[in-house]
Amino acid sequence: MSTLDDHAKKISEDTAGGAAAARSTEEKMEKQDNGPGGPIILFFILGLFASLIVGWTIFPKLLYSQKKQPIDFNHAFHVAEVDNGCESCHFFRKDGTFSGAPKLEQCIDCHEEIQGVDPDEIKFVEEYVSNGREVPWLIYSKQPDCVFFSHAAHIKGAGMDCVTCHGHIGETENLKVYEENRITGYSRDIWGKSIAGFKKNTWDRMKMDDCAECHQRTDANIEKTGIKTPTNRLIDDIVNVISPWSLSTVKGSSVQTQRDACFVCHK
Amino acid sequence: MKIGRRGFLSFVIGGAAGTALSPLPWKLTDDSSIWTQMWPWTPVPEDGETSYVNSVCTLCPGRCGITVRKIDDRAVKIEGMKGHPVNDGGACLLGLSGLQLLYGPTRIKSPLKKTGKSGQGRWEKISWKEAVSEIVEKLGNLRSKGQSHTVGFVSGSDRGTIPRLFERFLTAYGSPNLMRMPSVRDSYELTLHMMQGVQALPGFDFENADFILSFGSGIIDGWGSPVRMFRANSAWQDANVKVIQIEPRLSNTAAKSSKWIPINPGTEAALAMGLAHVIIKEELYDNDFISNYAKGFDEWKQLVLDKYSPDSVAAVTGIDSGTIVVLARGFANASRPLAICGRGDGNTPVSLNESMAVHALNALAGNVNKKGGVWAVSDMDYISWPEIEMDAMAAAGMQQDRLDGAGSRKYPFSRYLMNRLPKAINSGEQYPLQALFVSGANPFYTLPDTKSVQEAFDKIPLVVSFSSYMDETSQHADIILPNHVFLERYEDVPSPVGLIQPVIGLAKPVVEPQFNTRHVGDVIIQLAKGLGGSVASAFPWDSYYSCLKETLNDKWETLVEKGFWSGTELMGPTLESAFGTVSGKFEFINPDTGSMPQFKPISIEGDERLYPLVLIPYDSIRLANGYIGDPPFAIKTVEDTVLNGEYVFVEINPKTAGSAGLHDGQRLVLITPKGKAEVKIHFFEGIMPGIIALPRGLGHTAYDDYLAGKGINFNTLIGPVEDPDSGMDAAWGIRAKLNKV
Repeated sequence: MSTLDDHAKKISEDTAGGAAAARSTEEKMEKQDNGPGGPIILFFILGLFASLIVGWTIFPKLLYSQKKQPIDFNHAFHVAEVDNGCESCHFFRKDGTFSGAPKLEQCIDCHEEIQGVDPDEIKFVEEYVSNGREVPWLIYSKQPDCVFFSHAAHIKGAGMDCVTCHGHIGETENLKVYEENRITGYSRDIWGKSIAGFKKNTWDRMKMDDCAECHQRTDANIEKTGIKTPTNRLIDDIVNVISPWSLSTVKGSSVQTQRDACFVCHK
Repeated sequence: MKIGRRGFLSFVIGGAAGTALSPLPWKLTDDSSIWTQMWPWTPVPEDGETSYVNSVCTLCPGRCGITVRKIDDRAVKIEGMKGHPVNDGGACLLGLSGLQLLYGPTRIKSPLKKTGKSGQGRWEKISWKEAVSEIVEKLGNLRSKGQSHTVGFVSGSDRGTIPRLFERFLTAYGSPNLMRMPSVRDSYELTLHMMQGVQALPGFDFENADFILSFGSGIIDGWGSPVRMFRANSAWQDANVKVIQIEPRLSNTAAKSSKWIPINPGTEAALAMGLAHVIIKEELYDNDFISNYAKGFDEWKQLVLDKYSPDSVAAVTGIDSGTIVVLARGFANASRPLAICGRGDGNTPVSLNESMAVHALNALAGNVNKKGGVWAVSDMDYISWPEIEMDAMAAAGMQQDRLDGAGSRKYPFSRYLMNRLPKAINSGEQYPLQALFVSGANPFYTLPDTKSVQEAFDKIPLVVSFSSYMDETSQHADIILPNHVFLERYEDVPSPVGLIQPVIGLAKPVVEPQFNTRHVGDVIIQLAKGLGGSVASAFPWDSYYSCLKETLNDKWETLVEKGFWSGTELMGPTLESAFGTVSGKFEFINPDTGSMPQFKPISIEGDERLYPLVLIPYDSIRLANGYIGDPPFAIKTVEDTVLNGEYVFVEINPKTAGSAGLHDGQRLVLITPKGKAEVKIHFFEGIMPGIIALPRGLGHTAYDDYLAGKGINFNTLIGPVEDPDSGMDAAWGIRAKLNKV
């Protein structure tokens, strides 16, 4: 009996051992299935946050280089000195074209001799005025040469204010740092300070969407052009797919179907 | 904690999601699109203030008024000047491309001195001071050795203050060797001297003529002042004026004319004589002019009636005798007919007999110094400088014979014979040329027989080029003193040849000199001052600018403001006082030399048995063939039937080609007694059988990649043929053959 019992015990032990082994394997499996669920999400979250940090904070820092203007300039002071506001220096030429940043010719009347003791003033007169060299200003509002833009049409024609697009630069006492986009070579002011493209004021950005903002309105003075920028066309297209009935006017009025629509502005 | 495969993947997915939720991809897309649309190397037009400067284009003898549009300091467009007496707002292709000659890469940026062998292209930059003093030293040495006459000067023009400064320099220094580049003006000047006894320029009242008989003159292919001619041609079309074009090839001018009459090349004088025969025989000539203003008519008439009947002329010219009779009647019955000569763009002379025969037709029509006719106009005399006080050395030098033989006993009335210079240098019969100055000309390219020109250049110890560009002559010079280009310098520009009203244009700086160049006028003054003595005292001016301003005196203000000055009086005298001959009349036969209008064939080089074909050149307004080569804009307009890659097409009549078993576009070797070149052939029914034609203006070895190495320079295939009466190059073609490659 003992032999039988022993045998039975052995079997039972073996079975128990087997069950235990099976249990322990199951446990391991459970551990692997349920236990490591946390780290996978953790990795996802890690990747998510890392890329968000890269995209929102590191990327803008890498994208723009910081450049200083050749000399500083006090707009507020000069605006107080002149009679005609911005147009005293940023004037329209006889043929209606806009002069942009002033040349030495406009400065030389007052600055032939050094005025005061400001080191920038001394540098201006000694390096530029005396040598007849134009100051290589870095232009914050310089755009790619692919659009016909007339200052006269906006200022003289539509009676707009400089501030609408350029902001309160006339009230500043120093020139801000020029942030140059390393890829395009243009100033950060075109895309706007906000990397996400958000803006609070009309002068925060100078992209095509911002032109369209006015040109799509039906205000009395502005000719409605039905301009479709890449962004609002994308929105229209999405809306059109989701609810085709809600944007009935979109059909047939896209940029492509308007004759020469792009080339009204684009070269 | 170990990162497993799953962990890594979820990190990447998380990263992708986060990136999509960040501005990075959207901003990068936007930036890269701006970047690709605005490649940094894409030129962006200047933005700035627009202004206009009135000036004169001096790229060809046309002398058009131009208005140059500028944005700030950069010239951006050349336009014809509205209201200018020569071109009134019109411009030609070369003129429009002028900015490429200002900003292009072929400019010489500072004085250069050759370091290697001639033509090797090895140069050393030197300062202006070094350059001027080196030349002064060499000129001083020659003069002290009594060899002042061995210095020569080649100029593109001999009118205006700059050529006059060259002349003054050579006179004070002591050399008679000032040479002007050849053109049909040489033939006309000699003809007017022989028949009218005047030293004058030919003037043509195209605007008032009502029948144009052109003996091969490319009226819209660059002859005369090109833009004036375009305008005249358009006016003729509107007014139904008959334009008869006589030449062996259907040129653009021929295609636009009322009638094209193909003629055996080189027999134009025979046709003119045949026409004279019909006019005289049928008494269609202007009786008033012949009886009151002409001499020698009866004697000449006999010759014409004896030798030039329509039938005999038909046999020579290949033109049907009936056509000759009809043409003669048409010419004589028109009220203001005008006959002109000078093949193609008129950059080569014709034989004296030919120009006299053509001029005789105008005389028969009584259309000399009259409305709608040919005028002998005297040059404007606004340049009055103090007399030169020559020292003994200068006087001795000026007594020497000219090296080119002009004014010699053989050719007493020819003023310049530049075509004879290479031969004179190479033969060494007279005296060796020790120094040659070249300005406004590119003789190394434009003179016929390039090999002999090269040989001559190699023999001259000092060649100085004033060219602004690294052209062929500069490539073979010893010292280059680059002049400002026409848009950077002041220069007075007298009215172009052919105009009958007086006009002075003022070329003035449109932009600041772009490089370390210097005005040729200033350099001449500095050379004179460096030589000292009587040479220096002949140049009392500090600078060319002060010389010019002083010379133009009361006209200066108008010129600066308007860009040109024009007088109301015509430059030519009226018929009554037109003739400076002893008889005071138009001479059909020159009493001194016996020269008269007739046909003396000029035989071209080459044996007919060895060279069965006749090669003639042709000119096109799209191919500049003077001292300026085609700028890139212009060369791009040349048709595929003229230039194909590096190959130039030889035009050949399908009949000629068919009999030789050639096919269109075939690559062949063109051989003449002077040289050979690989070409392609183009079947063209507008060329007479037995004749082949090649354009001038290609085959440059100098200038930029757009021009250099394309086609063949016609001058490498032809040599000069001296006209026994004038010494001028009267070659109208050369015998040639086409061999398989």
